[in-house]
Amino acid sequence: MSYAGTNVESPLQPNWEHFPHEADMGVRGIGPTKEAAFAGAALALTAVITDPAEVIPTQPVTVSCDAPDDELLLVDRLNALVYEMATRKVLFSRFEVHLNAHALQATAWGEPVEVARHRPAVEVKGATYTDLLVKQDQKGSWIAQCVVDV
Amino acid sequence: MDLSLLKQQSRFEWHIPPFGKMRVPGVIYANEMLIRDMDMKVYEQVTNVATLPGIVRASYAMPDAHWGYGFPIGGVAAFDPHVGGVVSAGGVGFDISCGVRLLRTGLTVDDLQPVKEQLAEALFHRVPAGVGSTGTLHLDRNDMDAMLAGGARWAIAKGYGLPIDLECIEERGCMAGAKPECVSDHAKKRQQDEMGTLGSGNHYLEVQQVVNVFATDAASVFDLHEGDIVVSVHCGSRGLGHQIGTEFLKRMAITAAGHKIELRDRELACAPINSEVGQEYLGAMRAAINCALANRQIITHLVRKTFADILPQASLSLLYDVSHNTCKVEEHLIDGNATSLFVHRKGATRAFGPGHPDLPPSLRTVGQPVLIGGTMGTASYVLAGTRDSMSLAFGSACHGAGRSMSRHQATRQWHGRDVVRELAARGILIRSPSFRGVAEEAPGAYKEVSEVVDAADRAKLARKVARLEPLVCVKG
Repeated sequence: MSYAGTNVESPLQPNWEHFPHEADMGVRGIGPTKEAAFAGAALALTAVITDPAEVIPTQPVTVSCDAPDDELLLVDRLNALVYEMATRKVLFSRFEVHLNAHALQATAWGEPVEVARHRPAVEVKGATYTDLLVKQDQKGSWIAQCVVDV
Repeated sequence: MDLSLLKQQSRFEWHIPPFGKMRVPGVIYANEMLIRDMDMKVYEQVTNVATLPGIVRASYAMPDAHWGYGFPIGGVAAFDPHVGGVVSAGGVGFDISCGVRLLRTGLTVDDLQPVKEQLAEALFHRVPAGVGSTGTLHLDRNDMDAMLAGGARWAIAKGYGLPIDLECIEERGCMAGAKPECVSDHAKKRQQDEMGTLGSGNHYLEVQQVVNVFATDAASVFDLHEGDIVVSVHCGSRGLGHQIGTEFLKRMAITAAGHKIELRDRELACAPINSEVGQEYLGAMRAAINCALANRQIITHLVRKTFADILPQASLSLLYDVSHNTCKVEEHLIDGNATSLFVHRKGATRAFGPGHPDLPPSLRTVGQPVLIGGTMGTASYVLAGTRDSMSLAFGSACHGAGRSMSRHQATRQWHGRDVVRELAARGILIRSPSFRGVAEEAPGAYKEVSEVVDAADRAKLARKVARLEPLVCVKG
């Protein structure tokens, strides 16, 4: 089981990692662009539930959202994925994100949950505003992160 | 937490005198060790809550308090609508009306032992648990609205349980003031196949044994005796509550400035009780309370059916059902005057004392059963509300052990398979679809529940009645 990684199928996919919270879990995406960091945070969200490498990205689901700022947009985006996972009973492992100001259009690819294969550890209730951050660091990398309630 | 920031009032009561924009003091009920172990975030969150408009008396933290969202988990705060008081989606949390119900079985350990494995398997297969699980019930739009308005009463009318169950559920099984029309289509869609499901995370279904009785008078009224087998169910309003929490948190965070509310943390998202968004949230949140009550009622029915198949001599009767993530209108004495307040309990249990008019007549002499969930390897407790609690923290007590370690740390420290094996060697059967989920919920990742319960007892928030130890645990 890993707590950080890069999608080996697609090296352009961003890095992701988890960071600790006393009761729940922090998800963080890191990438050369804001879009890549958003995609990385989504991959980290999947990794809260299962190993993303076990999820075959076959079925596409399109999501669009907008918000007053980048940070609220990140939470909206993750919550839209939580909603799609909950209602379609799917998991996602590949993400494409397009940002235009504070509007987002994204496609996520995944497959239906198979308990025996995916062994999902926990379901995510929602993304929160705790430790919420979207920013570019001094080296130019983008970071998109928040804590998710499980 | 840095003790030098607190003013000790007694061994179990610590104050944070108001500073900056705090309108009331902070009050933490715990012993010195529990407070030392609390994250500084709890201090920060208790003081932040104390800045909210219309807060009355104090911002409280229970002995199991830990770092939450905006409000600490284990936080209690009451707001007066007549002085600009607010209702906060962050103060209730995502899992609206998450709670615990306890069922007596009329069985003893000797009855259970020969069929324990069989019962564990049967409960695991009959009660849906974990990610992607669905119930057997599919609610169409009309059924959904009827469920959101009717709660456990709706479930019983549909054949899930007995009318007598309603007597021992908070609000008699149906939260008044629910407005299904304030619940979004998204929230309803998330719930349409999730009725009668446990969920995941810290939710569980346990078969437990009463191992100690501390207060014979209350235990006698609760009909609990050493050696009895009981069943405990811990879950909430599932996807519907999560979606309502998500949507109103955003709405309240965005509209706060328009209501001239300064949020020190976006998770404190709130709105004046008498505002449009405040009223719509209350209508939706009360509907989610009904969803949780109906959900636990359907699970109760599934548990009864399972026991009837394997132990037909069992008779499962409800001791009580408590919710620990809510905002409820209650009457409390403020400066000697009975005042209607909006009491937020986030990871805190209502603990009404003897004589309280909201208690069913059968329990009124000893106070409300306060059900404290422990871990799968330690114990749970039954306490009883006290008269003191009404003035200490608006009739509230702790709700569980409280985590002492992140999920991340827990999975580094334990392997789920080992946890299951070690507990089996101690006679505790764990059934779960995920070993990683078990590792994240390992008993060692939580505070010592006995310490928390002792602190609640010594602080007079509630008094200890019985200790329950797990024999079978179904985890999501």
